[in-house]
Amino acid sequence: MAVTSINYFIFMQALLGSIASFWNSSIGKKFIVAITGLMLVVFLLGHLSGNLLIFAGRDAFNEYAYFLHHMLHGVGVWIARIGLLGALVLHVVATIQLTIQNKASRTDYKVQKSQRSTLSSTLMIWSGLTILSFIVYHILHFTVRAGNDYNSVEYAIMLHGHKAHDAYTMVMHGFSWMPAVIAYVIAMISLCSHLSHGVASIFQTLGLRNKKSAAAIDLGAKLYTLIIFVGFLSVPLSIYFGFVK
Amino acid sequence: MSTTLTLNLKVWRQANTQDKGKFETLKAEDIPVDASFLEMLDIVNEQLINDNREPIHFDHDCREGICGMCSLNINGIPHGKDSGITTCQLHMRKFNNNDTIWVEPFRSKAFPIIKDLAVDRTAFDRIIEAGGYIDVRTGSAQDANSLPIQKELADDAFASAACIGCGACVAACKNASAMLFVSAKVNHLNSLPQGQPEKNKRVLGMVRQMDSEGFGNCTNQFECEAACPKEISVDNIAKLNSSYTIAALGEAAGS
Repeated sequence: MAVTSINYFIFMQALLGSIASFWNSSIGKKFIVAITGLMLVVFLLGHLSGNLLIFAGRDAFNEYAYFLHHMLHGVGVWIARIGLLGALVLHVVATIQLTIQNKASRTDYKVQKSQRSTLSSTLMIWSGLTILSFIVYHILHFTVRAGNDYNSVEYAIMLHGHKAHDAYTMVMHGFSWMPAVIAYVIAMISLCSHLSHGVASIFQTLGLRNKKSAAAIDLGAKLYTLIIFVGFLSVPLSIYFGFVK
Repeated sequence: MSTTLTLNLKVWRQANTQDKGKFETLKAEDIPVDASFLEMLDIVNEQLINDNREPIHFDHDCREGICGMCSLNINGIPHGKDSGITTCQLHMRKFNNNDTIWVEPFRSKAFPIIKDLAVDRTAFDRIIEAGGYIDVRTGSAQDANSLPIQKELADDAFASAACIGCGACVAACKNASAMLFVSAKVNHLNSLPQGQPEKNKRVLGMVRQMDSEGFGNCTNQFECEAACPKEISVDNIAKLNSSYTIAALGEAAGS
């Protein structure tokens, strides 16, 4: 028994050591950034397809919101939340650490010309931090529903014989206020700037890109970014300008 | 067109590693258009020596683009703006009369400045020592065709082996990352049968040495590929990323 637990201890120590050494290496940390980035990229598509149900009408949208909160008896939404939060925290912590290391490695030139870098690629940390602050605001706005009355009885409805939350009216109300719409527009510009460098970068960091596949990856990343930009902005803008009532 | 040029040089002068350093404005006169950039500096230095002043210190050796010794950030780009050449292959005919040229050393925390434009690139040597070789018997070379290697593999390995280790990739990178150099050296050996038995040990050793030297991390902007005098492809970096991850997982599973 004692020998087994010592073996277990040695095994765990070695395992934790390997994880720490991977996290502390330049490539290992970037690998984590790429994997967590990929998770968030996939999540955005799911999030967008749900949002677009607003154009299918009140019942479709509310039914979808009800499904999200009750899948796997309500456990599903928490699995997703914890998974995404974990991915987000790893992504942010790793990129901040990498950025600090990068700044420390460079001594500045008086004259330095870039030949390839896109503007978006030089702004990753700033677009990222803008998105991070937006995520906090967005969760307070529509998930926690702080500073508004979206949790009140006014938003409790009966839908197909069960109690539900009137997410449709909440979103309609949320995007009828201009400052909120402006915040969402700024956030989506930052997000798409971030994605325009980040999505193709995932493939390079995971070792899935080469000269032959580069054109297809870059085109796919641009298309994805365009879909995200147009799709996410279509909701607040069409509500604010009265295309959806 | 005149056959000689007069140029205004803004040259970085730094007495030693600890010195703060500053730009010095020097006039380069009667520079033949057929002179290389290094020969232009030689002419300026002769004048400085005649005037009893300290000549500009800069690295150079073969002066035919294969040794990787010459460096210099010229008007903001390592080895100047033309692609696929080293500073010694840059000719003064690429400049116009009365141009102002900014000449800086390759700047990176991992490449401390020795004096003026000469930088210490021994960090690259230590990375090579950490795995950029194969453990085979020394002695006479074996017969050229005794190891059959696919043409595509040989071409890829040769393209990676073209790296002369000048450090332009580090100098061009906004993060001073050495990923292009390390990936070229790793892939050169890892793609050939002679290098494969030690491929995991090599990639782990060289990447860890790179990290410990204080180079930055790759952010996939590919400035290195644009600046590289040997046009080493960033495909090497993608391959290095996956080889390192596989080797690290293997190491964890074996521990």
